[in-house]
Amino acid sequence: MSQITNTSRRNFLKTGAVLGSGLLISFTVPGAKKLGGAGSAMLGPQSGAAFAPNAYLHITADNQILVYLAHSEMGQGIWTTLSMLIAEELDVDVKKMVVQHGDAWKPYHHTSFGMQITGGSSTTWSEFDRYRKAGATARTLLVAAAAKKFGVSPSECKTADGVVTAGTNSATYGELASEAAALPAPGDVPLRDAKDWKYIGKSVKRLDTPAKINGTAKFGMDVQFPGMLTAAVLHAPVFGAKVKSVDAAKAKAIPGVKQVVQIPTGVAVLADNYWAAKKGCTALKVDWDLGSGVQVDSSSMTAQYKELAKKPGATAAKAGDVDSAMAKAVKTIEAEYTFPYLAHAPMEPLNVTIELNNGKCEIWCGTQMPGIDQEAAAKVLGLKPEQVRVNTVFLGGGFGRRGTPASDFVREAAEIIKASGKPLVKMVWAREDDVRGGFYRPAFLHNVKVGLNADGMPIAWKHTIVGQSIMDGTFFASMIKDGIDNASVEGVSDSPYLYAIPDRLVSLHSPKNEVPVLWWRSVGHTHTAMAMEATIDELAHAAGKDPLVYRQQLLKDHPRHLAALNLVAEKANWGKPLPEGRFRGIAVHESFLSFVAQVVEISLNTDGTIKVHKVINAIDCGLAVNPDGVKAQIESGINYGVSAALLGEITLEKGRVQQGNFNDYVVSRMFDTPAEIEVHIVDSSNKMGGVGEPGVPPVAPAIANAYFAATGKRLRDLPFNKAILKA
Amino acid sequence: MVKLKINQKEYSVDASPDMPLLWALRDVLGLTGTKFGCGMAQCGACTVHLDREAVRSCVTLVSRAVGKEVTTIEGLSADPTNYLQKAWLEVDVPQCGYCQSGQIMSAAVLLRENPNPTDEDIDTAMSGNICRCGTYPRIRKAIHLAAQMQREGGKVQ
Ligand code: FES
Ligand code: FES
Repeated sequence: MSQITNTSRRNFLKTGAVLGSGLLISFTVPGAKKLGGAGSAMLGPQSGAAFAPNAYLHITADNQILVYLAHSEMGQGIWTTLSMLIAEELDVDVKKMVVQHGDAWKPYHHTSFGMQITGGSSTTWSEFDRYRKAGATARTLLVAAAAKKFGVSPSECKTADGVVTAGTNSATYGELASEAAALPAPGDVPLRDAKDWKYIGKSVKRLDTPAKINGTAKFGMDVQFPGMLTAAVLHAPVFGAKVKSVDAAKAKAIPGVKQVVQIPTGVAVLADNYWAAKKGCTALKVDWDLGSGVQVDSSSMTAQYKELAKKPGATAAKAGDVDSAMAKAVKTIEAEYTFPYLAHAPMEPLNVTIELNNGKCEIWCGTQMPGIDQEAAAKVLGLKPEQVRVNTVFLGGGFGRRGTPASDFVREAAEIIKASGKPLVKMVWAREDDVRGGFYRPAFLHNVKVGLNADGMPIAWKHTIVGQSIMDGTFFASMIKDGIDNASVEGVSDSPYLYAIPDRLVSLHSPKNEVPVLWWRSVGHTHTAMAMEATIDELAHAAGKDPLVYRQQLLKDHPRHLAALNLVAEKANWGKPLPEGRFRGIAVHESFLSFVAQVVEISLNTDGTIKVHKVINAIDCGLAVNPDGVKAQIESGINYGVSAALLGEITLEKGRVQQGNFNDYVVSRMFDTPAEIEVHIVDSSNKMGGVGEPGVPPVAPAIANAYFAATGKRLRDLPFNKAILKA
Repeated sequence: MVKLKINQKEYSVDASPDMPLLWALRDVLGLTGTKFGCGMAQCGACTVHLDREAVRSCVTLVSRAVGKEVTTIEGLSADPTNYLQKAWLEVDVPQCGYCQSGQIMSAAVLLRENPNPTDEDIDTAMSGNICRCGTYPRIRKAIHLAAQMQREGGKVQ
């Protein structure tokens, strides 16, 4: 007997609601039809909530506290952090809040970036006031409603755990919801003093953990509706290639295959299930017009970049006269660093479910930029953005890949539904589509030349960077000023080391090719931190100084760098002897408004490759709203960094990406992960910074510096283990 | 039609015998707790138990599961004697969460076979499960904790 054929749509929308531990989490916008089309929605009556003081918080008559996230939960824990901010001011138990992603909608635009985006390690600091105010406003109104009901003054009312009390009177927020909704919005409400915080600054367990350990959390991949077809896509073997002709006869003969359609990016096979669709793809015979993409080749690209680096490019930072200062140097150090393309490879392959009915489109996917995707899908389908609704579901990792200005994956799904004429399609990428799909961290080359004075201190710094621009060709292109895409030079052009050097020049070449590139967890800092911190280590050695002391001297006017550096040195027992065969390296780097210093401890495997045992980390991110969440993100960043530093590499030969899956695009596994990771948070009242990305940048240089301590050799080409084996 | 026993329940599944178990579970039966990550036994996201042994369901043909007991994360969660999820909650392991079903299914077999694993045992047993969010240190901690709960709870498998 056949049990379930498919989860019904109703089930899909509801099953996430009740999870273990009696905790409520709704993974999708409740009553998808209730909120109305994105952008057009008037929250309030349509949301079914009795009290909808703002776009971020609703309270139902049966006392459900609904939190709407302006940002996407992709592992970074924002589901919990934003809820904490509301709970803090609203006086409710954070564990009882019902959290969901908001629609693509203007009130959810980033408070600084002017669009709906989860990225730049910016959610916590950018929402810190808005979400607290959302809670405080609601509480003020609920208290006013209670005061009226009880016949007392608001100052006689107290709130705790979702209940207003005054003397012997008490009412739950739900009971007060409709009265509160009828009151005029208060002006600016006061926020609580830090000394009264109950949640902020304390570690709160993630609200999404129960659903994520029993299989009930729904990711885009898990969206299923009756009658839905699943599409797999045969993508071009080379970036920019176009389909010349398709022979789909064999594919169509596969049981379960329903349709084969040509789309701008390849050929899609629609079937009853993914397996049939995938088999269909394999059976396709496609003749491609390969185009100019075949000329892309990693080895010739490196040669071309080296050649370009011989001449200065567009000026990113300049002071004094670097060449004449260099001529006066007692000693010069020159180093060239190379970085490969990197795929993000989030654990959940990209996927989009899309429904098209009578000029209305609905999309379910894990995305970092729902508004951009909404516009992109509308454009493909000839609709207005408000005719497209985007439902964000849990992201099985993002790391930047699920936020493409090009909306590549959403656009592709829209092309499929358009070409097929079908009402409901789920597009699923194979891992190979992801690894070979581009939107990589661009390959980069840094050429660094530094002149030292007799004391071993830098007096001239000439730095040439070569790599594709991420912003170029996107709607962010207007941010490119005088040939400088800041995402290519951040971390060098604004380096605190450089400010202290009177004669300096940072310049940039931004060659173009067919490979699509994108921000990858920590963006430019993925390579600039390595170039800076490995070079500084070389300078320290040339100066005959301890790498920590040398940095402390150079960073003496940068208290937040110093605070992180000093804390990490203390916790790592810098300078104290290590067990035999262990070696240390240090690095410090600012990114996304946070300051991170790391000491890594490595040993060498028998083949000479690196094993990382320990990473001690210190971060000054200002206030840590959820300290355990900060720790988790730094641990995560360290692992992402270790993976890229030792193993990660995408290469192309004749335009073809040579890796395809985790067998050849090697990522860190349990045995690669440092057995010990310590995260220390600097007690800081400085401006808040991010934590999702800043853990990544110092990892590679700290490892390279430890390798020098072990071998006396400098590692300058990534990934390190490949460079070691090749040497 | 293929007859399967999954989480103690009988199903008759409309799937060709060469369909991997993963897609029968997910796309035919709607049991989406088991995840797709690579399709070639590289990542472990699709790990399920076949007669109590961990297999990668993305490369296990549905025909191989006939006559065997299939356990997925949904089934394991219903098992009151499993301490893994308790430990996972305690350590707050998941981030994006996508790999976690597979991690827990692999860890369950490890703990059954080796109630007191060392770090190296964990490295080996869990090497087939990738976590791109890098929750590895917490997974390791949670496995040790579950092992301890299992010992102290007197759990016998
Ligand atoms: S999906 Fe089966 S091992 Fe990756
Ligand atoms: S928690 Fe995201 S891949 Fe493991």
